Amino acid sequence: MSFVTILYAAMFYFAAAILFIGLAYRVYEYAKIPAPLKIPTPPAPMTQKGVAIRIFREVVFFESLFSATKWTWLFSWIFHLALLLAAFRHLKYFTDPVWFWVSFELVQVAGHYAAYLMLAGLLGLLARRVFVDRVRYISSPSDYLILVLIIAIAGSGLMMKWFPSDILAIKLFFVGLLTFNFSELPSDVVLLIHLSLVIALMIIFPYSKLLHAPGLFFSPTRNQVDNARSKRHVANWAKRMESTK
Amino acid sequence: MASKFETPQVRKFPIIPKLENSATSHLSPFKSKEEFQSSLGYPGELVENWQEKAIDKMGDLLGKYRSLRVYLDSCIQCGACTDKCHYYQGTKDPNNMPVGRQNLMRSVYRRYFTLPGKYFPKLVGAKDLTKEVLDDWYSYYHQCSQCRRCAVFCPIGIDTAEISMAAREVMDSIGVGQKYCNEIIGKVHKIGNNLGLPEPALADTLEGLEEDVLDDTEIDVKFPLDVKDSEVLLVTPSADFFAEPHVDGLIGYAKVFHQAGISWTLSSHASEAANFGMFIGSYDNMKKLAMRIREAALELNVKRIVFGECGHAWRVAYSFLNTLAGPFDFLDPRYPVPQHICEITNGLIDQNVLNFDKSANDDMTLTYHDSCNVARASSMGGIMGGQFTIPRKIIQTVANNFYDMDDETIKEKTYCCGGGGGLLTDDLMELRVKGALPRMEALKHLIEEKGVTHMAAICAICKSQFSKVFQYYDLELDQIVSLHQLVSNALIMNKKEV
Repeated sequence: MSFVTILYAAMFYFAAAILFIGLAYRVYEYAKIPAPLKIPTPPAPMTQKGVAIRIFREVVFFESLFSATKWTWLFSWIFHLALLLAAFRHLKYFTDPVWFWVSFELVQVAGHYAAYLMLAGLLGLLARRVFVDRVRYISSPSDYLILVLIIAIAGSGLMMKWFPSDILAIKLFFVGLLTFNFSELPSDVVLLIHLSLVIALMIIFPYSKLLHAPGLFFSPTRNQVDNARSKRHVANWAKRMESTK
Repeated sequence: MASKFETPQVRKFPIIPKLENSATSHLSPFKSKEEFQSSLGYPGELVENWQEKAIDKMGDLLGKYRSLRVYLDSCIQCGACTDKCHYYQGTKDPNNMPVGRQNLMRSVYRRYFTLPGKYFPKLVGAKDLTKEVLDDWYSYYHQCSQCRRCAVFCPIGIDTAEISMAAREVMDSIGVGQKYCNEIIGKVHKIGNNLGLPEPALADTLEGLEEDVLDDTEIDVKFPLDVKDSEVLLVTPSADFFAEPHVDGLIGYAKVFHQAGISWTLSSHASEAANFGMFIGSYDNMKKLAMRIREAALELNVKRIVFGECGHAWRVAYSFLNTLAGPFDFLDPRYPVPQHICEITNGLIDQNVLNFDKSANDDMTLTYHDSCNVARASSMGGIMGGQFTIPRKIIQTVANNFYDMDDETIKEKTYCCGGGGGLLTDDLMELRVKGALPRMEALKHLIEEKGVTHMAAICAICKSQFSKVFQYYDLELDQIVSLHQLVSNALIMNKKEV
């Protein structure tokens, strides 16, 4: 085993632990804290099914953002869609045998062009942060850095088109990590940069605003059923205040 | 008193204003005195170890309110909300952008409750809770009317109201309270209503109203107080007892009950619908205030509870009352608890119990202001969007001339009047005038285009706010009317006693 392989294997295990344990812990915290009052915003569904549809529309179409600002919606929707397509393409490195739909030409090609889309969306979001005075005012260094980090991930990933690595070896390395059947990682510079940036993203995820991903599912204004009059809703901590009257 | 200020220009096409740093940092409401603080269970002045106490309180609230925790974590700083607040549009102050306001607390949250904020505060915009930060909190968390317009547009649904309520609760817990809210809550605890109107004065006022209506209509419409075994307990904002145009709405409710033959009563114990406990984010105070209504309903042995025209009251009633003071299993199970007076009138219209002479309102061309807390924190009629359709349907049933304002300013996108959330106080007049700008623009455009003369509302705060700020925008104070004032004008009354 080369030093690079051992180093990256260790870093990936560490980052994955932070990402998955950290995220699971956040979700546990969010689920544990009660929402003591009914605060859904309109249009507030009156059934659980209606809530599921509402969340689906928010997650898939970014409906609220669309009604707020078209440019931000466009850039961020493109970015997130491209992220999903790129993730699909990357599944070929983690599944053995490769899931049948991942190997489709369409999925692989879409995943490749997604890199350009992703860069376009991210640069749009960055431009908005720099040039719109209101957005510039609210931006802290970390807001820029996260954008730059993801731009660098997409950019370095795209660079591998011109600085290719041994794809089969990369796959063996990752499948090896998953099955504890370790294999050498090629030590090409562009690849290592790409992977280092991904490791950084995995580590900051549970400590950053990237928590908006689980956050949306726990947002009481969006996930509550509008039924306060017909169904009594009391948080555990508020039950102590219940009188017998 | 407040220094001189300029009323914002009414713009032909509202554009997003450029930022003006600290434009309204000088605006802070009067602080609450010791006597009001202590009657609510809060320290009378800033406690010695306030910083530590405030952080402890924040930790306590973070464990009690999922909204607060998730919303402090989840903001992407995307900017979608930045132009959505009426106070931002009217003042241009960046701390009045919803996210700007939230960040005043989020930066402190990051500093004390998150790993990156502890070790890399500059990187993530984390800040120590200094005296300057506390002053900003006091100033800008009292420039939020908790109207939730920002929450409608946020991709995550972050509700600034949740954060400003928490901030006020934290400040109260270290002895920094707001005079207007806390004094009023004290009055409700002691006397029963926001105005401090004791039972004999209330009885007197209602008697006077009976005489007025009798003189006007020759019909003996009653305004009952503390009458046991009535069908309905009416809980209404105390402004309805004497302020204009509120009282005309109260006369409208009374006429509707009279004409429909529904026996009803007011209660001297629960002579206030508004629940200012919500404004200061205090579950305890909100619950205590809500319990008066339960107690009154039990004592008077009524079958249903109906709320008068009051926006924030309706939020607490519709969304929280069952939680705070339920279960209401002692009331008639055929009716939701509580009901809105508009639901009563609407139901009676559907049953053809009420007849109207629409021409009685022909001297007015009307529009309707969706009060923020009715629009964005409640519903009516058991149907989605009932809070928008039912009031409009009533107006169009009792009046001929009705137009809606611009789509971007009504229904779930309605603008706050500028005086909600505990800001309806003279020491914040500059903020109230500036915050009213987007609503005034939409109204003035409609006046020009359609010749609208009057705007109806179903909220005591909206009515008081508009009758005060209209003059700054060259409108007459009587151009704001109660919805049930229109009902009252058009309702055809039987001379025969029910």
